[in-house]
Amino acid sequence: MEIPNIVGAGLIVIGAGIGIGRIGGQAMEAIARQPEASGKIQTAMLIAAALIEGIGFAALFAA
Amino acid sequence: MHRNLGTEILGVMQKRTVVKFLLIFTLVFNASNLFAKESEKEGDGDLKTTIKEFINHHLQDSHDFTLFSDEEAKTHFGFPLPVILWDGGLKVFSSSKFHHGETVAEVNGEYYKLYHGKIYKTDAQGTINYDEDHHATNAKPLDFSITKNVVSMLLISLLMFFMFKSLAKSYKKNNSIPTGVGRFLEPLVLFIRDDIAIPNIGEKKYKKYMSFLLTIFFFIWFLNLLGMTPLGVNVTGNIAVTFALALIVFLITNLTANKNYWGHIFWMPGVPTFMKVVLAPIELLGVFIKPFSLMIRLYANMTAGHVVLMSIIGMIFLFKNWIGGPLSFGLAFALSILELLVAALQAYIFTMLSALYFGMANEEAHH
Repeated sequence: MEIPNIVGAGLIVIGAGIGIGRIGGQAMEAIARQPEASGKIQTAMLIAAALIEGIGFAALFAA
Repeated sequence: MHRNLGTEILGVMQKRTVVKFLLIFTLVFNASNLFAKESEKEGDGDLKTTIKEFINHHLQDSHDFTLFSDEEAKTHFGFPLPVILWDGGLKVFSSSKFHHGETVAEVNGEYYKLYHGKIYKTDAQGTINYDEDHHATNAKPLDFSITKNVVSMLLISLLMFFMFKSLAKSYKKNNSIPTGVGRFLEPLVLFIRDDIAIPNIGEKKYKKYMSFLLTIFFFIWFLNLLGMTPLGVNVTGNIAVTFALALIVFLITNLTANKNYWGHIFWMPGVPTFMKVVLAPIELLGVFIKPFSLMIRLYANMTAGHVVLMSIIGMIFLFKNWIGGPLSFGLAFALSILELLVAALQAYIFTMLSALYFGMANEEAHH
C-alpha cells in the first residue's frame, strides 16, 4: 500500500513541533531559574529553533 | 520634556494608523485581485484551481510589474519592464511587446515568446514545441532582464543608501545625535553590533564583518517587509535570491578563515587518528550544509508565509458567506501581524548565523 506524501509532511510537522516546543519550554524554565541570563538564553533558543526549522523545511520539500 | 513625549506618542500613534491602514489595504487589494480572477469562472473546483494558480503566479518572478488585472476585460494595470537578452548579440526591448505572453515579440528579425514566465525563441507564429513530458523544447536565450524582483532589490538598495546616508550625515552636525529616520536606525545598528557581531565574532575582529552584517540584515528585513505590501513582490521567497545571499556568506566565511578553522575541518585536534579520518569528510560536508541551510530557511519561511496568507484570503471566496468571510479576514489579519514578526526574525536569524559562521572561521586556538 502506498503512503501519501501528506502523511510524511504531517509526521515532519509533528517532529519539528515537538522539537521547537521543547526548546521553548526549556528556555522558559531556564529564564525562570535565572532571569538575568534571559538574553543569552533567548539567543541560544532562537538558534536551536532555527536549526530544527531548517531540517524540518528540508524534509518538507523532500516529502 | 513633556511636550517631546507627547509628540513622540502622537508620532507612534500616527505610525500605527499608517501600519493598520497598510495592512487593511494589503488584504483588500489582494482580495480584489483574486475577485477579478474569480468572477469569470463558476464552481468550486475551478475556483480552487484559480486560487492555486494565482498563488503560484504570485510566488514567481515576472517580466512586468502587474499591480492588478481584470481578467474579464483582459486588461492588466501596471508597467512593463526592460527585457535584456543575450542571443548571439545583446537585445534590449520592453516587455510590453509580449503583451503578457499573448503575442510574439519581434526583435531584429528574431521571434520570442513569453511562456510560463520564461522567454523562448520561436518562429513568427510563436509555436512552442513540447516533449512527451509537456516541457517546452524551444531554445532559451540567456535572460538578463530587469525583472520584478530585480526592480524591488534595486529599489530597496536605493532606499537603504539614502536612509543610511542621512544617518551618517546627521552624525556630523547636531552634536552627533541622529535626526529623522536615523533615530529609528541607530538602535538597530547598535543592536547588530552589540548583540550579534561582538558576542559571536569577538571584540578584535568584528569590525571587518560589520558592513556585511548590517547590509544583509537590513536588505533581508526590508525585502521581507516589501513582500507584505500590496505590490505583491516575493523576493526573499525566491530560491535564486537566497542562494546568492548564502553564496556570499559561504565565500566570506571560507575566504577569511584562519588556519585554525581549516585545522578543525581536515585534522580535528584532540581526537584519535582514526576519528580524524572519519571526521574530515563530515566536517567538510558541514562547510556546505551551513550556507545551504541558510538558503533553505529564508526561502521556505517566506514562501510558506506567503502561501498560507494567500490561501486564507482565498478561503473568503470559497466560503462566500457571512461567517466564513470575516473569519478568514480576521485570521489573515492576525497572520499578517505574525508575518511582520517573522520578517524581522528571519532577517535576525540570517544575520545571527552568518555572524556565528564568521566567528567560527576566526576562532583562535584555545588548547
